[in-house]
Amino acid sequence: MMNKRSEFDVEINDTKGTPFIDNAKISARNVEVFYEKKQAIFNTSIDIGKNQIVAMIGPSGCGKSTFLRCLNRMNDTIQSCQIRGEIKLDNEDIYARQQDPVLLRARVGMVFQKPNPFSKSIYDNVAYGAKLHGLTSNQVELDDLVEKSLMRAGLFNEVKDDLHKPGTGLSGGQQQRLCIARTIAIDPEVILMDEPTSALDPIATAVIEELMIELSKKYTIVIVTHSMQQAARVSQRTAYFHMGHLIEVNDTNTVFTNPEHQLTENYITGRFG
Amino acid sequence: MEVQQHISQQYNKDLKSIKSNVLSMGCLVELQVQNAIYALLNQDQELAKEVSVSDYKINKMEMEIDADCAKVIAKRQPAAGDLRLVIAVVKIITDLERIGDEAEKIGRYAKKMALKEVAAEMHAELSSLGSKVMTILHDTLDSFARMDAQQAIKVVASDAQIDDEFNKISRLLLTHMMESPRNIKHMLRVTWCVRALERIGDHSQNICEHVVYSVNGKDVRHVHLNKPHQGD
Ligand SMILES: Nc1ncnc2c1ncn2[C@@H]1O[C@H](COP(=O)(O)OP(=O)(O)OP(=O)(O)O)[C@@H](O)[C@H]1O
Ligand SMILES: [Mg+2]
Repeated sequence: MMNKRSEFDVEINDTKGTPFIDNAKISARNVEVFYEKKQAIFNTSIDIGKNQIVAMIGPSGCGKSTFLRCLNRMNDTIQSCQIRGEIKLDNEDIYARQQDPVLLRARVGMVFQKPNPFSKSIYDNVAYGAKLHGLTSNQVELDDLVEKSLMRAGLFNEVKDDLHKPGTGLSGGQQQRLCIARTIAIDPEVILMDEPTSALDPIATAVIEELMIELSKKYTIVIVTHSMQQAARVSQRTAYFHMGHLIEVNDTNTVFTNPEHQLTENYITGRFG
Repeated sequence: MEVQQHISQQYNKDLKSIKSNVLSMGCLVELQVQNAIYALLNQDQELAKEVSVSDYKINKMEMEIDADCAKVIAKRQPAAGDLRLVIAVVKIITDLERIGDEAEKIGRYAKKMALKEVAAEMHAELSSLGSKVMTILHDTLDSFARMDAQQAIKVVASDAQIDDEFNKISRLLLTHMMESPRNIKHMLRVTWCVRALERIGDHSQNICEHVVYSVNGKDVRHVHLNKPHQGD
């Protein structure tokens, strides 16, 4: 306990494991995030591989959501939030002057912890983004897109007769799949998920996890989760955050059987950190 | 190494008790092997009998520890070092149980045979092999108790001595059998005992490899598979 801090300080600067990979979809370099004067993310660099599922884990308040929100500039909407460093999507700087955050968020979609369907019909929930971005040119195409998206989200069969009933009338698990359908309707490249199943029961969770694995064939997925079992089940790589520092990134198998950093080990084995 | 505490006290207790049960099982196995060797070398029929009827205790412990490990996996989903410990334990107790079987075998043969009469000239060799096997088994259990991968690696290396001695004794036995075919039946019994001792060495080696895995997360079994063959 006593010398914990000094031990931590020594290794604070280098993330253990393999944060960098070839063919990255997203590359974050030296990212730092501040809320006013309070620093929430320290010098964080990581690559997210194409068609991979990367899980971000760590104790509450360690900065997982903050970092995730940097990846589609969701933090821009928070007044006090300042970001330094560089984040590239397919080698393009997403914070470059010419980047339109709205278009960026179409490419990098987000699914939140609480299912948050609009208070509109199931159909309109899915169609909304597509209409906004002008992805379809007529009603037939739009119908098609709504059906395809609901299908991909594994929800179509359950709602095909109720498309014009409100989305808010669905069960929690169905609502979350509706939100996923809404996200994939605008054909993103990356899907960010912040604790997408924490409000769901184990069966609804298993359905979403299955869906994530299916979706990762087409999309790149970054998921923040408090369930280590979930990280272990769905992701190929796992990143461990601790007090704003990216401590370790490794193959998920490595992280859960033989992590490199003592702090990672302490966290995933449920020990005092 | 001081193990850090889990947030869950009960989880701590569960893992600790699994470890200490393995150590108790190890003690019992060590005692069985020691008694078996003593009975063989000293024609102690009583002790030989005791060895052959005590094996069930080891089997029972194996089953209990097995069940405890299954319970911890189901309830706690251990990860990282904890996971490796539980996996290593499940394997270690299998090897310990087999060592117990070998000790029982020696006990059974020791009951049937008066070593001094049938192979007095082998006594020194057998005694030397027996004490080498005891040392290896002891160091093996010690490396588990202290989770000392370094020591475990040393023990694995020292198993070669046992193999050498085993080969030497096998040759001697063969010579005896050719010289006095009347004694072949007895000699075969001695051969089985020597074989059992050698197997105990092998199982100890396995246990050490599980200790290394548990501590370092490295699988050191079959490392020769990764090396090119030396050529025959
Ligand atoms: N909008 C905000 N304004 C000020 N501080 C914030 C804001 N959002 C987050 N923080 C602070 O930044 C740090 C990281 O928070 P963040 O929400 O990223 O953590 P987290 O790892 O997602 O936690 P949890 O697992 O509880 O969701 C915390 O100290 C938090 O208090
Ligand atoms: Mg969060």
